[in-house]
Formats: sequence, structure tokens, C-alpha cells
Amino acid sequence: MSHGYVWAGIGAIVVSATAGDVLQSHAMKRLGDLGALRRERGLAYVVRRVASSPSFLLGLLFMAMAFFSLLVTLSWGEVSVVGPAAASLTFIGNAAAARIFLKEQVDGRRWLAACFVAGGVAFLAR
Amino acid sequence: MTIRKYLVLLAVAVFASCGDVCLARGMRDFGAVTSANWRWLLSALLNPWIVGGIVLLILFFSTYLTALSWADLTYVAPATALSYVIMAALGKAFLHENVTPSHWLGIALITVGVGVVASGPSRTTREHPARHGHRPPQEFDLRRGSGSES
Repeated sequence: MSHGYVWAGIGAIVVSATAGDVLQSHAMKRLGDLGALRRERGLAYVVRRVASSPSFLLGLLFMAMAFFSLLVTLSWGEVSVVGPAAASLTFIGNAAAARIFLKEQVDGRRWLAACFVAGGVAFLAR
Repeated sequence: MTIRKYLVLLAVAVFASCGDVCLARGMRDFGAVTSANWRWLLSALLNPWIVGGIVLLILFFSTYLTALSWADLTYVAPATALSYVIMAALGKAFLHENVTPSHWLGIALITVGVGVVASGPSRTTREHPARHGHRPPQEFDLRRGSGSES
């Protein structure tokens, strides 16, 4: 399979994993501190609230898409390329998407941390 | 950030790495999965290592969602990247995998990244107005519009 297909697959993994993480984060931010909520209302209430959140369910769908994109891309390219590239780029994608969609203040410290971790994952998976 | 919240972040990293290592150990009992023997995957669900791995990954997902409920995604993702370091250590200790100089460099970079993000505020966005009467986290400082460290 050509490099183009492999990198398109990596792009699909990164986009769907980032969308999944952002949607999960959005859902949890709307619900508030789950620990405090569990102490006040009980575990069953928390599970019900989480499971009925549209953002959470859509996030799960994107996470499943990321998983199956990973499986397909692994059948096209080498795991030593696909694994670290997808994991590293997802950290960078998360930082950009969180700034745009979640309005998080991604300052120099967080960009630096995301780049260090992305680079570290790339080295670790080689 | 309270000690309890740091422990939740640590739990995310530990559950993720232990879950992956258990799955890897379990799949060693089955060998490579191909289109000819994909049905082995069903019997893998009865393997104690695989079952343990699935339970640990469910715990990982629960703690990950808990962390996202009081911290930014750009804080939680790098802060829990310690799981890659724990995974390398467990892989060397229990699965006898080779840890190369490249791996050690990766571990060092991740550790620095975790240290950089963990020293900052955990939340930079306002709590969404509660629709169920739930109070915002105590350490969230509305006047500053950012999480305050305690």
C-alpha cells in the first residue's frame, strides 16, 4: 500500500481520536465534577447522566471510528510508523482542537508539554 | 489541585498501562491473529489476562472521564502520558521486552512534558452552568477565570 494511503489512514485516526477526546471533554465539563456528583446523588445517577449525554455518545462513536481506522491503517503500514505517528499527532491535534472548540487557554506551557509528550511517544514507540 | 485529584490522574496512567500490558500478555497465548484464525479472538475473551485487561481498561475509562470533569483536555492528556513510561517499565519487567536508548530518550521527554503541564493550572475554562443543582469545584476561582492551585 502506498505512503499516501498510510498517511491518509493516520489522518483519519488523528481526526477521529481528537474529535472523540474533545466531545468526551465537552460532555464531562457540562456535567461538572463527577466525584462530587457521585457523593451527592450516587453512582447510578452519575452513570445515567453520563450515558444520556449526546456529546458522550457521539464521542464514543468517534473513538470507535479511531479504533477501526487504526486497525485498517495497521493492515496498510508498519506498526512502528502508524502507532507513534498517530499517538503523537493526536496530542498536537488535541491541543489545537481544545483551543478552538473547548475555548481552553492553551498557553506556551501546554503547547510545550504537548510537544514534549508527542516527541517522547514517537521515540518510545520506535 | 488536591491530592485526591493527583491520585485520579495517577490512576488513569496506571490503569491504562496495566490494562494494555495484561492484553499484550494475554494475546501472547494466542499468537498472531490472521483472517484464517480470527475466531481465536472470541476464545481470547475467556483468557484471564484478557479479562483482567478489559476490567482495567474500563477502570481507566472511568477515571479518565472523572479527570475530564474537573480538568482541561490539554491538561489531562499530557499529564496522564506517564502511562507510556509505566508501560515501558512493565514491558521490560514482566514481558522481558528490550528498552533501547531511544526508549529512554522518549521516557525522559514524556517525563519533562508531564512535569511542565502538571505545574500549571488544571482548568482554564469556566464551569458550565449547572443544570442539576451541582456546585462548581471548590478550587475553581471564578474571579480569575482559571483554576487556582492549592
